[in-house]
Amino acid sequence: MSEGKLVTLRQMQSGQSGKVAQVQGGHGLFNRLNALGIRPNKRITKVSSMLMRGPVTIQLDNTKIAIGFGMANKIIVELD
Amino acid sequence: MTRHDVQNSRPSQKNSLKRILLMGNPNVGKSAIFSRLTGVHAITSNYPGTTVGYTQGFMKPGDEIAEVVDVPGTYSLEPTCEAEKIALKMLDSGDMVINVVDATNLERNLNLTLQLLEKGIPMMVALNMWDDVGHRGIHINLSRLEELLGVPVIPTAAVTGEGIKELVENIPRAGSPWFPPRRHDERWMVIGNIVEQVQRVTHRHHTWLEHLEDASVKPIAGSFIAFVILVGTFLVVRFIGEGLINYVLDPLFNNLWTPVIFRLSDLLSGSGFLHTVVIGNIASGEINYVESLGLLTTGLYVPFAMVLPYIISFYLMLGLLEDIGYLPRLAVLMDTIMHRLGLHGYAIIPSLLGLGCNVPAVLATRILESKRERFIAATLISIAIPCAALQAMIFGLVGQRGIQYVAIVYGTLFIVWIALGFILNRFVKGFSPELLIEIPPYRLPLWRIVLQKLWMRVYGFLKEALPLILVAVLLINIFYALGIFNAIANFTAPVVTNLLGLPSAAVVALVIGFLRKDVALGMLAPLALSSEQLVVGSVVLAMFFPCIATFVVLIRELGIIGMLKSAAIMIIVALSVGGLLNLIL
Repeated sequence: MSEGKLVTLRQMQSGQSGKVAQVQGGHGLFNRLNALGIRPNKRITKVSSMLMRGPVTIQLDNTKIAIGFGMANKIIVELD
Repeated sequence: MTRHDVQNSRPSQKNSLKRILLMGNPNVGKSAIFSRLTGVHAITSNYPGTTVGYTQGFMKPGDEIAEVVDVPGTYSLEPTCEAEKIALKMLDSGDMVINVVDATNLERNLNLTLQLLEKGIPMMVALNMWDDVGHRGIHINLSRLEELLGVPVIPTAAVTGEGIKELVENIPRAGSPWFPPRRHDERWMVIGNIVEQVQRVTHRHHTWLEHLEDASVKPIAGSFIAFVILVGTFLVVRFIGEGLINYVLDPLFNNLWTPVIFRLSDLLSGSGFLHTVVIGNIASGEINYVESLGLLTTGLYVPFAMVLPYIISFYLMLGLLEDIGYLPRLAVLMDTIMHRLGLHGYAIIPSLLGLGCNVPAVLATRILESKRERFIAATLISIAIPCAALQAMIFGLVGQRGIQYVAIVYGTLFIVWIALGFILNRFVKGFSPELLIEIPPYRLPLWRIVLQKLWMRVYGFLKEALPLILVAVLLINIFYALGIFNAIANFTAPVVTNLLGLPSAAVVALVIGFLRKDVALGMLAPLALSSEQLVVGSVVLAMFFPCIATFVVLIRELGIIGMLKSAAIMIIVALSVGGLLNLIL
């Protein structure tokens, strides 16, 4: 298996795609993200991030989801 | 139409009506399907969390009448906010579920579908937004999906009504196939398997609408778009509101209603208590509709000629923004600022609703996850967000003195909103979670739906506000006749006169403000206030205490203790800010 570079969702550049590798942090966060379809191995594309610790927007299938700064720091993505 | 709150009334379990629950992810069109099934109009929008309570209606699928419930949207059966908790509670009371699924987001929607199937409740699937599937390049094999899920799957397009008849016809086929409870990862595996078998996606290029979608959540382009939209909205609201007043309602009152009032005045021989109550003071052959304080003069002029035009223009524009799907994008842009107020970006939606009426705004705080956030949001809304009725009066009365005074009123309220949020964020215990929201695609609004929603809101205003306004005007007359106001005015004079710099009679407006703030502001008109005093009066009136309707909702949503805390904050802040303004101006 070829390993892509691992970055947090926060560090990803807008326009980059990758697969969710891991969600750090507690059960609660994992479940909330999971309910929205953000789960290990799911492919996502970063659309944008706001300045000054603002939220990150990602594209996941046909949905866009905005994720707060702190959460975005806990989502590890394996870049394509 | 009946609209309830789960805490208050358990749905009627005594009768043996079959109860059908409409459940699904947020923003998949449950309320639109509900309207189609029952003929009861529920407010629909293009953002997750439009429905926070539940709405009931009835339909007749066969020979029997069934009750249909529009349940708030939920992503899973493990609730993360108040609205989702309500959804879960509802599930236990239903006989059957119509699971509304967004066909353009099959995978994520099936997560809830499977959880519902695991519960073993009879169900069927309405595969909604079917009209949208084709041009998104999505192909779904319906019969295979039906086979894999083991329940009927009916494609629907609720906004056009397509598939609704088939949905109703297939209700008897609803089933409860055995699905074992699964862990998250196992469930996603099953879902992945299903999606692989039934869905094929062909690649296609971005449409211009999608480019605009991306741009509106980028920092610079997004801020620019937000600025244009908000300023544009404000200008259009004013343009339509003023237009309706100047060219429709004022002429109607002056040319048609005034002669009637004069005739009536003659019939009542021009004076006496009845004349005062019904017509009020009309002197020198002219009617001052704001100051006369009669039921048929002020009591009708304020709601119809001053407030209604702004209710119409505000809700028209809000409805458009809601249906286009712009509001969640504003939430993303505002997130950083809202965090400083102890909230996250999504709190901007209840706050914007508050510019129309504080009651639905406080209810809408249910989309926020924590108790702390809800307290902060509800308190900020009741203090610093003036409702459309009050704003209309501010424009009407303060606006006469010059636009700069209107600007001072709004500027003060805005500063209070920010500063108080800052302080509450420091001192209110608990934590505020972060923003995590789905951003819906832009959709071109359908005029039929926008106008229908506008009508529901205008009708709601007339039904709920008009009687209260008339009661307020009546009470004012009775209080004056009994000398009650004089007693209160004497008692409160130190605060009102010394601290706020208003004549002691202005306290009357503050008292009436508990009933209706629009009428209350109108009561400042005959007091011959200076422009500065009028500004102080407007600001204090806006912040001092919620009107009775908001008060009731605040108790319900925050509890008595929460409400008392919130009210204490309101009074302290209103008096401090009023006193400060009095010193500065």
